[in-house]
Amino acid sequence: MSSSGSQRIIEEFANRGYPYGFVSAVESDSTPPGLDEGIVRTISAKKGEPQFMLDWRLRAYRHWRTLERAAGEPRWANVRYPAIDYDKIVYYSAPKQKVAARLEDVDPEILRTFEKLGIPLDEQKRLSGVAVDAVFDSVSVGTTFKEKLAELGVIFCSFSEAVQEHPALVERYLGSVVPYTDNFYASLNSAVFSDGSFCYVPKGVRCPMELSTYFRINAAGSGQFERTLIIAEEGSYVSYLEGCTAPMRDENQLHAAVVELVAAEGAYIKYSTVQNWYAGDREGKGGIFNFVTKRGKCAGARARISWTQVETGSAITWKYPSVILQGDESVGEFYSVALTNNHQQADTGTKMIHIGKNTRSTIVSKGISAGHGSNTYRGLVKVLPRAVNARNYTQCDSMLLGSRCAAHTFPYIEVANRSAVVEHEASTRKISDEQLFYCKQRGLSGENAVSMIVNGFCKEIFRNLPMEFAVEASRLLSVSLEGGVG
Amino acid sequence: MLSIRTLHAGVAGKEILKGIDLEVRAGEVHAVMGPNGSGKSTLAQVLAGHPGFVVTRGEVLYDGRNLLEMPPEERARAGLFLAFQYPVEIPGVPNAEFLKAAVNAVRQHRGLEELDAMEFLSLLKEKMTLVDMDPAFMSRPVNEGFSGGEKKRNEILQMAVLEPRLAILDETDSGLDIDALRTVADGINRLRRPDNAIVLVTHYQRLLEYVTPDRVHVLSGGRIVKSGDRTLAHELEARGYEWLEASAEVVPR
Repeated sequence: MSSSGSQRIIEEFANRGYPYGFVSAVESDSTPPGLDEGIVRTISAKKGEPQFMLDWRLRAYRHWRTLERAAGEPRWANVRYPAIDYDKIVYYSAPKQKVAARLEDVDPEILRTFEKLGIPLDEQKRLSGVAVDAVFDSVSVGTTFKEKLAELGVIFCSFSEAVQEHPALVERYLGSVVPYTDNFYASLNSAVFSDGSFCYVPKGVRCPMELSTYFRINAAGSGQFERTLIIAEEGSYVSYLEGCTAPMRDENQLHAAVVELVAAEGAYIKYSTVQNWYAGDREGKGGIFNFVTKRGKCAGARARISWTQVETGSAITWKYPSVILQGDESVGEFYSVALTNNHQQADTGTKMIHIGKNTRSTIVSKGISAGHGSNTYRGLVKVLPRAVNARNYTQCDSMLLGSRCAAHTFPYIEVANRSAVVEHEASTRKISDEQLFYCKQRGLSGENAVSMIVNGFCKEIFRNLPMEFAVEASRLLSVSLEGGVG
Repeated sequence: MLSIRTLHAGVAGKEILKGIDLEVRAGEVHAVMGPNGSGKSTLAQVLAGHPGFVVTRGEVLYDGRNLLEMPPEERARAGLFLAFQYPVEIPGVPNAEFLKAAVNAVRQHRGLEELDAMEFLSLLKEKMTLVDMDPAFMSRPVNEGFSGGEKKRNEILQMAVLEPRLAILDETDSGLDIDALRTVADGINRLRRPDNAIVLVTHYQRLLEYVTPDRVHVLSGGRIVKSGDRTLAHELEARGYEWLEASAEVVPR
């Protein structure tokens, strides 16, 4: 039977617009394009940072320069793009108005932007019980629920504020999971990051609400380099949500974030991301380059770190949320949906590094390719000699919509302990014409049918998201598929 | 309600239906019988709009509309339902979710309010009792891991929920044990109303013990070679299809 029917629907599906592509008219305070020590010093000075931060940034900057001179950006990922001109990027861009102490003082234009994004920082959100820290361009604009959290000793604030208010914690943990020498983009981020979110959950505290950060790139030609640091002390628990959008622009914009998680003995950190950066237009023009380093460390015994990501945006995604399983019996999890439509490219996966005894990791990756999209899973499961009885289960499923897209899987498995058990399962599938016809015969439009089938394919992952986020993710997936399915 | 006139159809390069004429009025139940390969399933699929088949000649009117010009989802929304011979699996999509989307697509088309979750569940509960289905099936993915009989019951459940005007059942009776057959027959009989019509495509007459057809047609070599009342089914059972094939002018394929 011909596949023209499903092909057409998939194509129609992939051609809908990006609803978050507006630009907000907010005056910004920016550094000139390009990067040198002076810019790094300026950023640090603008933020009134203590000496240790400046020193750290400068070390990172110098390291990045040596990498940049030696080999430039890494080229091993299965993605193609023209070389980035690092001299043209604006490394610091902040809304001109001073960071507001109270929500009422935040520039109304920024608040309107967040409302358009469906993230009201006001009462609505308070009622729904999610604490939000919103990062606009590079600066955090307001954190809700702060007082309520403070009663429990939970610190949830912008990174800048943490540097001012809790310098000892920052100094102790910053770079402890992702050192500034880690990779090209992590070095760059360490040198120039302007803000981000910080979270500290004290011993034995179960954070009573989801903590949430929304990132938005607004200014043209600016990079967004945010830094997130989450520390969960012994026996504590925190669930953290991260969402991202950006306006539509013709040129590519660089987003190079670093996220570090530290889970002490018995602590559990659940980190969920719905990434919907602007993906570029149907011809592949514009869109965000999302080159992100995310890593968690299960520092103590029985610690658990769980990454769940739904990646539907960005022109290019380069991202491997990983877990270092240092504590005995610690657990690492990675649940991922990555969708590439039009000319999007994603090279994403995880690294599970088993160091402690009886450590366990689970990887479930669902890649969906539509249009001319290219989707790559890249994962490393590494079992070190000391990791007796390490266990890993990996499942990689790909779904291809149409005939011009691509799916790739690069699993790396390195085992240095004979007692380890590592399993890897993989599958590739298409939406069959019979499935499509069956749905249509029940009255569903082709578009709804595809969306339903793709959502079904991702169900296992959505189950791991907090409820409201799961609904959002499912909706987003449908929107992102529009015009890409056929 | 349904007028099929000199319908020729097939897959690329191969004609399967070679001039079908059939008139189905509201309130009637028609049985289309015939040996394997006679074109029964093709007829069902063509009426539902399966994209794999090409219509080369003839026309089909459904409530006065040109059915062949309507895309499959429009036919469904206009009340045409096909119970599949081989129901399709949709991994990860719960049965209830699928059915709710289908019901609301049809309701929307008819200008009715969409059912919310509670309204839909109570409708579903009621219909599930009718087809004697375990509620656990509703949270299981569509047809995935269902036995042959469970899949067929599920088709009848969908039919009961969607309440079509014209239901075409493609060998829904095949592979069913006697209990399941009775359930399926009950489901069909419940749908039988003065303003609805049913076309049963079947190889055997045993379903017709429970559902009494108004007309029986025998398809052979892509044509209706004989039509009659319910007694024709009994005659066929007694004498076999060879009896008709021998008497009919069978065009070589």
